[in-house]
Amino acid sequence: MNEPANGSKIKDKNESTVGRGSKETRRLFLQGNEAIAEGAVAAGARFYAGYPITPSSEIAEVCSEKLLEAGGVYIQMEDELGSIAAVIGASLTGVKAFTATSGPGFSLMQENLGVAILGEVPCVVVNVQRSGPSTGLATRPAQADVMQARWGRHGDQHLIVLSPATVQECFELTVTAFNLAERFRVPVVLLADEIVAHMRENVALPDPAQIKIVNRKKPTCPPEEYLPFKPDPDGVPPLADFGSAYVFHVTSSMHGERGYSQNDPANAQAKIRRLFTKLENHLDEILLVKHHYNREEELDLLIVAFGCTVRPARAAALRAFGRKVGVLQLITLWPFPDALVAQAAARARALLVPELNMGQVGREVERVVGKAKPVFGLPKSNGEGFTPGEISARIEEVFACLG
Amino acid sequence: MPGLKTAWKEYLEESMLPHMWCPGCGNGIALGALTRALAELKLPRHKVVVVTGIGCWGKADDYLSTNALHGTHGRALAFATGVKAARPELTVVVLMGDGDGATIGGNHLIHAARRNIDLTAVVVNNYNYGMTGGQVSATTPAGAITSTTRYGNPERDFDLCRLVEAAGANYVARGTVYHVPQLDRLIRDGIAKKGFSFIEVVSPCPTHFGRRNRLGPAVQMMKLLKERAVHVGSAAAKGGELPEGSFFIGKLAERDDPDFNTSYEKMRKKALAKGTESS
Repeated sequence: MNEPANGSKIKDKNESTVGRGSKETRRLFLQGNEAIAEGAVAAGARFYAGYPITPSSEIAEVCSEKLLEAGGVYIQMEDELGSIAAVIGASLTGVKAFTATSGPGFSLMQENLGVAILGEVPCVVVNVQRSGPSTGLATRPAQADVMQARWGRHGDQHLIVLSPATVQECFELTVTAFNLAERFRVPVVLLADEIVAHMRENVALPDPAQIKIVNRKKPTCPPEEYLPFKPDPDGVPPLADFGSAYVFHVTSSMHGERGYSQNDPANAQAKIRRLFTKLENHLDEILLVKHHYNREEELDLLIVAFGCTVRPARAAALRAFGRKVGVLQLITLWPFPDALVAQAAARARALLVPELNMGQVGREVERVVGKAKPVFGLPKSNGEGFTPGEISARIEEVFACLG
Repeated sequence: MPGLKTAWKEYLEESMLPHMWCPGCGNGIALGALTRALAELKLPRHKVVVVTGIGCWGKADDYLSTNALHGTHGRALAFATGVKAARPELTVVVLMGDGDGATIGGNHLIHAARRNIDLTAVVVNNYNYGMTGGQVSATTPAGAITSTTRYGNPERDFDLCRLVEAAGANYVARGTVYHVPQLDRLIRDGIAKKGFSFIEVVSPCPTHFGRRNRLGPAVQMMKLLKERAVHVGSAAAKGGELPEGSFFIGKLAERDDPDFNTSYEKMRKKALAKGTESS
């Protein structure tokens, strides 16, 4: 699967089959952040803990109203360390829980995100990326937290990172993020950016009954036999709720299947390996990309883009008269969609990776196809988004270079 | 109380014993007091969540048979806040040391008290960071020797009970691991009390703090607790100024302000009414 299907079906805006007059579908003019909050409620989230930070605060503001109206909990914590901690605590009671933040707050959450990874606690963290490092060009757009999302914590671990490019995707991928978190007992980062989060577009919010919702696997064994970290054949252990008949421990220390701390090296190695394999063995359920071109065609140039860069990249591709230029949109950034990028690259002469950072995704693309195809970068880190013209100019340079 | 002599064992995970604490450490006594308090309140194990931080006392969850969440250094109260806010019907007990709960986690401590969320924090205060080798903490007395204050602590210490009382907790008490029956009662009453409850447990660390400050072996340190603790309400307490190094024990503050979940429920009812109208 490389077109999004987990959660609600993602389609191009102009492909939408939803009629304007449809009774089930609500058509709204929403900001990306508002669409994320709507997506969370639609996904079944009923707990939000957060700390205000631009450009993500609208998510908190909407949740402070909508979650209460849905019978859920909104709590503003004293900082981001506490926010993600409260999210983890709430999730272990069986509630779908999430938080939203931006760069500096995301940095503060890293240590406890490690707890969610090792403790296998499903939760969603929205990071609306802004310019850095540090306070940086607050609060201008950037896409420079791609590596932080993947590698920001100490120790070996794996998680899922998704990136929306439109307001519609903000809604849909938030649902997908919760579904994947529940499916794999793993934190999922929705890596948005200031441009997508603050942009307003028409969105179609489907009838809630039509949205595919995934809930975590619960234990079915007798309570006294329950082992909270004993994986099923798919690598994912069932998760009970605190307060149910199943009594269990979750710890940030290395632990055995019972959840009590354990220092045995063989156990530790098996656990760390499973944190990887439970995702790597199910890439067909996790990896999402979109081909904004005819996949049957041979391309002169494949642009690999994500988030707010997809739109100017598509505009630039349309302007490349006489040359076949296509845009491959990466939705899943981590695990990196190696095979899907390689597959698309096989039918292109060269690749170009424009991104609002100094080359974080370009480096991954180079790792995957760099030996087979020339990979060109277009890094930008000045607090502004791309214009189509900038990408067009780089396309011309690339073709001049290729001859 | 009939039956209590064995009921506390139900809360103990005996398969994890012997515990990892040093000889003479007070943590085992504090753990005993906690299990007896849970037994006396007859709380079903599956309705109790013990949340711990990092440190010697933060390892206590390994010896408990209730639900447990062992989080990160300083953040136990924040994890516990999530549990309690999401599931108010659960009994949530938070175990932290002075380094964990009052130094790195000081901000969460004052905010948990301000929110008056119905958690019971049992902070074992041994005046230093035991697990990492006896470094100075926010409760190390001025002048005391630790592995990072070799010439004496230049900083003042926190009076945690006064701090938490000022921040708004409904129940504030101090006990010691010498005064065991009282400690059992204080923890029991703290758990039973609605709102934020805070019990400071003064405890010896003979391995680090006692050795460096020449307070003698563990038994001598226990005798010191007996000598220095002044029962609040006693004739000595009413006499005025505490002698240098002494401290009050007993219930130090109690009030009946609304707890977080009760106040929250009022707001949610308003929101739910609106949510129902609009759908």
